[in-house]
Amino acid sequence: MQVYLPIAEMSVNIFLVLGLGGAVGLLSGLFGVGGGFLMTPLLIFVGVPPAVAVGTQSVQIVGSSVSGVLAHMRRGTVDFAMGAVLTVGGFLGSGLGVWVFSLLKNSGHIDLTISLGYVLFLGVVGGFMLTESLPGVLKKRPAAVALAARGPGRHTWMHGLPLKFRFRKSKLYVSALLPLGIGFLVGLLVATMGVGGGFLMVPAMIYLLGMPTQVVIGTSLLQITFVTANTALLQSIINQSVDLVLALLLLVVGVVSTQIGVRLSSKVKGEYLRVALAVMILAVAIRLALGLVIQPHELFTLSTGSGE
Amino acid sequence: MKRLLTLAAMIAVLGSEARAQGSVPLVADLSSHLVAITTGFSGTDVLLFGATDGPGDIAVVVRGPAENEVIRRKGRKGPMWVNTDEVTFRDAPSYYRVASSRPLDEFAPQTLLSRYQIGIDNLRIGTLADTALKPEEVADFRKAFVRLKTEASLYDQGLGAVNFMSNRLFRTELHFPSNVPTGTYLVEVYLFRDGDVTSAEIVPLNISQIGMSADIFDFAHNLAPLYGIVSILLAASAGWMANVAFRRT
Repeated sequence: MQVYLPIAEMSVNIFLVLGLGGAVGLLSGLFGVGGGFLMTPLLIFVGVPPAVAVGTQSVQIVGSSVSGVLAHMRRGTVDFAMGAVLTVGGFLGSGLGVWVFSLLKNSGHIDLTISLGYVLFLGVVGGFMLTESLPGVLKKRPAAVALAARGPGRHTWMHGLPLKFRFRKSKLYVSALLPLGIGFLVGLLVATMGVGGGFLMVPAMIYLLGMPTQVVIGTSLLQITFVTANTALLQSIINQSVDLVLALLLLVVGVVSTQIGVRLSSKVKGEYLRVALAVMILAVAIRLALGLVIQPHELFTLSTGSGE
Repeated sequence: MKRLLTLAAMIAVLGSEARAQGSVPLVADLSSHLVAITTGFSGTDVLLFGATDGPGDIAVVVRGPAENEVIRRKGRKGPMWVNTDEVTFRDAPSYYRVASSRPLDEFAPQTLLSRYQIGIDNLRIGTLADTALKPEEVADFRKAFVRLKTEASLYDQGLGAVNFMSNRLFRTELHFPSNVPTGTYLVEVYLFRDGDVTSAEIVPLNISQIGMSADIFDFAHNLAPLYGIVSILLAASAGWMANVAFRRT
């Protein structure tokens, strides 16, 4: 069954779209990532114009993150103080990101920059997560990594920063500049690469800040909700690239499967989740890297409508 | 049966028109002047029909609204394949295909085919002046452009069939795929006799979104900030509803 997308100006198979929304929503709830780094390439692969894919799935991420963050709030696994600081950083970063995006677009190398950005960030984050979490899983020593990272003996330059603040829920006493900086970087990525940024934020919160794994996912979803909502608004106003029909189709199944994912996540050990997320992130990075290096089947690409 | 009725109607209409106007050598029309893109749209066929005042050959050219199209070519830079060159084709038809009663070269001289731009090879597509590429390279880009448009089902390098009935009535099906660009299309009908164009007619065809699709499109473009806010609220409430539903179960 086909359905016509009014903004993308094309028709797609409705079951294909529902399947994509469901699968990505499940991963979103399970890992606390927005799923944008999977959804954007998938939508483009299906034939949705890249600009519409990026704009639309920022709306879709808002919906699935709201669903996820509410579930985490009920279980008390959201650090609001931390989330607020991350969100402020995210707004600043996405503001700069929109400006950087327009600069890159004019230079004609936006696609390459986005692909390289994905490969770089996904590769580094995935590789780091895998090397860090795999030994814990193999030796059956649960939570050893998280404990070590938060041990009293580790006093680095991060602890010398000013503006120290006590985040009670996370049981942390660190400078507010750290989560502000993390939020800023993630916001930059949201605007330039069309992702929620969870794949970068979750590891940063675990390994840089040393937050407990259970609080990390709910808190990152809180930040993702507000920062992607801001991005979606900017995309609607500047590019008119949000396809409401596509977004709602993705959401209908996405929000439900996110809930299922959240339930599953509390039944699976944190280490296993981190290994699975690391493998998934690395797989996407390798796929994108191969796409850059292997000679493409078609050297030419066509983009309509622009032009001076 | 429906087809027979359509044909009967065609004959009646065309017959009376031809009589009323006396010596008109060619009349043509479409079964519909509006292709409505609704939520369930998955491509459509439009029937072109007409009559001539005697033997001859018919060539039909369908053109979509003109657009600027950018073609980029990837080249090797270090270990990676990146976009290295680009050409902008100016005012290229977004949709183009040709149908005729016989192979074009059997009834039409090349000079006329290229004057009326009948056939993809005769399509004149200008480039923006600032390209630094050699003409041979621009020709490669043009080939790639036609190939990509053909893959998207927007150009057809082949020739559709125009069927004649008793040397006077003709008909052809024009197919429009689901990704067809919206706008005003021109269907050009040429009557060839003895290697010359005896008569020609242009029939406009409007392709536009209708109903909910059109409303959403207008909303997104005319009230962009409100559209953004509504999108976010709809998304957030969908998330909230799913959450409430799951709390109950």
